[in-house]
Amino acid sequence: MGGHLNINHLMFLGQGALWTIGLSVIALIGGGIVGFVIALARISPLKSVRIASAVYVQLIQGTPLLVILFLGYFGLAAIGLKVSPLAAAGASLTLYVAAYLGEIWRGCIQSVPKPQWEAAEGLALSRTQRMMKVILPQAIRIATPPTVGFVVQIIKNTSLASVVGFVELMRSGQIVNNSLFEPFAIYAIIAVTYFAMCYPLSLFSQRLERWMGRGRSNLAPA
Amino acid sequence: MQQNNPSSEPIVSLRDVQKSFGPLRVLDGVSFAVERGEVLALIGRSGSGKSTALRCIDRFEKVDGGEIVVCGHRVDRPDVDLRALRQDVGIVFQSYNLFPHLTIEQNITLAPCAVKGIAASQARDLARKVLAQVGLEEKLHAYPEQLSGGQQQRAAIARSLAMQPKVMLFDEVTSALDPELTAEVLKVIEQLAADGMTMVMVTHEMGFAKGIADRIVFMHRGKVHETGPASILTSPTTPELTQFVGTGNLKS
Repeated sequence: MGGHLNINHLMFLGQGALWTIGLSVIALIGGGIVGFVIALARISPLKSVRIASAVYVQLIQGTPLLVILFLGYFGLAAIGLKVSPLAAAGASLTLYVAAYLGEIWRGCIQSVPKPQWEAAEGLALSRTQRMMKVILPQAIRIATPPTVGFVVQIIKNTSLASVVGFVELMRSGQIVNNSLFEPFAIYAIIAVTYFAMCYPLSLFSQRLERWMGRGRSNLAPA
Repeated sequence: MQQNNPSSEPIVSLRDVQKSFGPLRVLDGVSFAVERGEVLALIGRSGSGKSTALRCIDRFEKVDGGEIVVCGHRVDRPDVDLRALRQDVGIVFQSYNLFPHLTIEQNITLAPCAVKGIAASQARDLARKVLAQVGLEEKLHAYPEQLSGGQQQRAAIARSLAMQPKVMLFDEVTSALDPELTAEVLKVIEQLAADGMTMVMVTHEMGFAKGIADRIVFMHRGKVHETGPASILTSPTTPELTQFVGTGNLKS
């Protein structure tokens, strides 16, 4: 076989791990921006906007990420749009993350008690001012723990990008294994690396939740 | 402004106002008017429509029919300028509804800065002034959760005052408070009345209504059932009001 696991293999895996982080950041930023728009659209005063955004969320949430990735990569290629694995994975994950974050954040915005809206309205604040100065600052507090928790999901889900040939941690593991054929050792390294990335975030999310729980009296009564 | 003669026009007038929630007719031809400097108390049983009538004045509820004019704004019309209306009308709620993420000072300065565009330093002076009016100067930098219910409600009144409204609406503002805290809030409202503020209040405090109100509107089943000076509470003419004040509601 191809010899033993050496420093070069580990460097290659490390590079893959960096791309996992990179792809997660892309998905989080892209999905965060689109998700914010989705969250606002879901509670828009315009019915057509509410419906369109709800349809988007349902479509994405009802489709496996793997299928979205295939559609992004092979589907676009089939209609003549040649996209790189990074672009396909980044775009697919953005669409996917946006649907979930949009829905999480909508819930957080709506969980700010309605009297807070009314008090802001009674003070003659415009809809934008009500949102920016009264509702969102409170919604962000509520949204932080579930959002951090969801970032863990994003990191793990980037492993699916390996199927479109994007060399992140999972794919780099497969490549190394193809030359060494030591699947248990290599995938154990991969698993530990994912765990090392996700566990601190999980802990952080739990701690945030506890911390928020203590500060709950800071939120208006329902 | 559609006022022809501002000094003689009432600040708030409702004429034959209709409002239903589904099949439930909440307001069934309600009419009353509030003159400048007048204190009007809306009383009645739970479900009599008094809170809904109050909320219609600030257009938190849209009416199905009738006419509402508030400081020259035609509130019943769909094209009413809501932000202009709400600069003229201050509203205080039962549950205070202070913004929990802001200090008391920030709660108060938010709207004057954002809506009226006054300078931050000027707004801070204003905050001190209105907090002094409600006796809470020392709570300027406190957060709402650090205040008692009575203090929160007084801060909410101060926040409303900072917009210098022409009329103030009070929606059962003491219903969430124990008697001692109720007293401190009522004292603030009394002072406002003495200073000549036009006010409409929904209240269960009959003794207070009797002491402060220039006029009482007793609502029953979505209608104005009896109206008159505060003395109608001690000598009611309709059996419904007699029963209402007789059921122990009239605490002194």
